[in-house]
Amino acid sequence: MSGIRLEGITKRFGDLTALRDLSLTVHDGEFFVLLGPTGAGKTTTLRVIAGLERQEEGAVYFDEHLMNEIPPADRDTAFVFQQYSLYPNMTVYENMAFPLKSPLRNLDKGEIDRRIRETAEKLRIGQLLDRKTANLSGGEMQRVSIGRAIVREPRVFLMDEPLSNLDAKLRESLRVELEHLQKTQGITTIFVTHDQIEALTMADRLAVLNEGRIVQVGTPEDIYDRPATTFVAQLVGTPRINLIEAQRRNGVLKMSKGAVELPYADSAVSLPETFLLGIRPEDITLRADGEFTGEVVLTEPLGVETIIHLKTGEERLLAVVAGTKQIAIGETVSFGVVTDHLHFFGADQKRLGEAGGE
Amino acid sequence: MQQSPGAPRQPITSSTRVDQVGFRPQLMRGIKAGLAVVAMIIMLIPAVWMGMTAFKSRPDAVSVPPKVFFEPTVEGFVSLLTKRRQLTGEEIDAYKQRIDLSFADRLALKRGQAIIGQSDFPKFLRNSLIISTVSTFFSVFFGVLAAYAFSRFKVRGENDLLFFILSTRMLPPVVVTIPIFLMYRALNLYDTHFGLILLYTAFNLSFAVWLLKGFIDEIPREYEEAALVDGYTRLQAFRKIVLPQSMTGIAATTVFSFIFAWNEYAFALMLTADVARTAPPSLPSRIGTGGVEWAAIAAGSLACLVPVILLTFGLRQHLLRGVTFGAIRKG
Ligand SMILES: Nc1ncnc2c1ncn2[C@@H]1O[C@H](COP(=O)(O)OP(=O)(O)OP(=O)(O)O)[C@@H](O)[C@H]1O
Ligand SMILES: [Mg+2]
Repeated sequence: MSGIRLEGITKRFGDLTALRDLSLTVHDGEFFVLLGPTGAGKTTTLRVIAGLERQEEGAVYFDEHLMNEIPPADRDTAFVFQQYSLYPNMTVYENMAFPLKSPLRNLDKGEIDRRIRETAEKLRIGQLLDRKTANLSGGEMQRVSIGRAIVREPRVFLMDEPLSNLDAKLRESLRVELEHLQKTQGITTIFVTHDQIEALTMADRLAVLNEGRIVQVGTPEDIYDRPATTFVAQLVGTPRINLIEAQRRNGVLKMSKGAVELPYADSAVSLPETFLLGIRPEDITLRADGEFTGEVVLTEPLGVETIIHLKTGEERLLAVVAGTKQIAIGETVSFGVVTDHLHFFGADQKRLGEAGGE
Repeated sequence: MQQSPGAPRQPITSSTRVDQVGFRPQLMRGIKAGLAVVAMIIMLIPAVWMGMTAFKSRPDAVSVPPKVFFEPTVEGFVSLLTKRRQLTGEEIDAYKQRIDLSFADRLALKRGQAIIGQSDFPKFLRNSLIISTVSTFFSVFFGVLAAYAFSRFKVRGENDLLFFILSTRMLPPVVVTIPIFLMYRALNLYDTHFGLILLYTAFNLSFAVWLLKGFIDEIPREYEEAALVDGYTRLQAFRKIVLPQSMTGIAATTVFSFIFAWNEYAFALMLTADVARTAPPSLPSRIGTGGVEWAAIAAGSLACLVPVILLTFGLRQHLLRGVTFGAIRKG
């Protein structure tokens, strides 16, 4: 087990710069999530840590040891690859035995067998052990590749979207299983996902990546409650945050294209003339005594909640209400805004006021 | 037997795909199969002809019109494997009285000949076997290493190098026989096993590198990378993951290299004499010693076919699996 530090990592593929001056600290025993859209450089970051890719600049430390020159085998990481990488022509059992049989580890047969069966039990793939991997289903393959990683106790787990091919139910139960495993074993884990719910629920801390740069690092609360940029604000939270052009005038905040005006407490942030106002949909509440009115354009009932698209003035807003609610399209409704959680962003898309995390 | 509603009354023994049960699809399949059979027969005629000739007697072999039905004999094989001497009329009579004649002796006697020793053909066949096997081994061994390096590592000037390797195949080898002949004389490689092994390895290597690189390119890197993080060195990962995965390519390369080395004629003729002579150039040299011994030549050719057939047959599982693997992946 060890903490991991990346210092000023730059990785290029020809003309394309996949990682730009990326620095990151993952504490020992932490469940750390890398969140970002496709092409952000998440996989590349993991590969640099594992030693499968050599960075052009920067340094990788495990605890205080510089790993730049250390080959992958000696870094002792366990990697769950994004694409299936189960060894073909081997059974599930042999796949899981493969890392344990490495000359570096030198385990006896009984111990290997015990660990494999224990892991298979956890992942519910016991009945698959004698099958060849070629004709497993996608979800089964993914569980086997998770199994191949967790069957040993590496210094660090590197998991590249391990849950992405599973159905919702399995995904949820494996999520719990992985979290439990990580908490009991306390092995440092870096977990890549582009699913923000997965990121927020599983992470001790997470980093948001975009175009090879780290945009924000912090706890899920930091990221959700105090997003550093509009990019982060839009990345986390469903339905996505309302970002509205607004102006400050005579002590009120006014939407440029909408009818909504909010009181402005001077103390919080010093605002420029024009800025972007962020309101999470759950902070827009439909109630009879609401100060504002809007026309319902669309409703999306999701079961536990219903997303309501409102039009107020020329502005479109998303609101969420609990349960399924029958509202006719075209109906005019009243709504209020919870002003405790407003987000303000400047013209450069950066948060005005203090961002969460480091 | 209880029937569930909608179940077929009879067991289904043929395809029920709607596109395969009509009259036209069946007709098309019949035509295709027919064409395949015709093509196969046309291609087999020379081989069958050769096989038949090998078992013909000398008069049968040259009779016009050719005989399709004949009395099989192993005369051809006897003359392939022996040295003989033509007997005079009296000698023949004397020989006929002897009782210690073997089966082969009596066959030779029918043509008025006496066996005076073994021919060199078994030695040539053994040379062929040694030279082809060893050169095939080296071609595939170095080929797979080079192909892996080209496929996985950044090799400086990779494309130029690959082109250079390919360019060695661009002119017909025969063109360079004379310079090579002179070089081999100077280097004392003339008429040595090593000389031919070296030459065939060099020729096959370019082909092996290209063929194998194609196969190795197809193996996802993730397999090896998984092995690397699982605690194996690159060489171990290569041995345990890449090699088994490229068996199809290795089998194909082995067969092609072996066939090339086995059949090679021009260089073998130019660069060998007695010691390292291989089977192919030894066969036509039989022409002229007492007329063309067609049966012997056919017998020799038949003997030459056997190792190639055995090798291909032995590796067929790998070759076939490669074919179906590709189909599944693309399908
Ligand atoms: N071997 C490579 N050669 C060239 N470009 C590469 C290579 N690997 C990654 N890239 C590029 O680097 C960038 C980052 O890729 P990376 O795989 O790290 O993204 P990612 O965040 O994992 O995306 P995804 O969510 O789609 O998996 C991409 O633009 C990608 O095209
Ligand atoms: Mg990725």
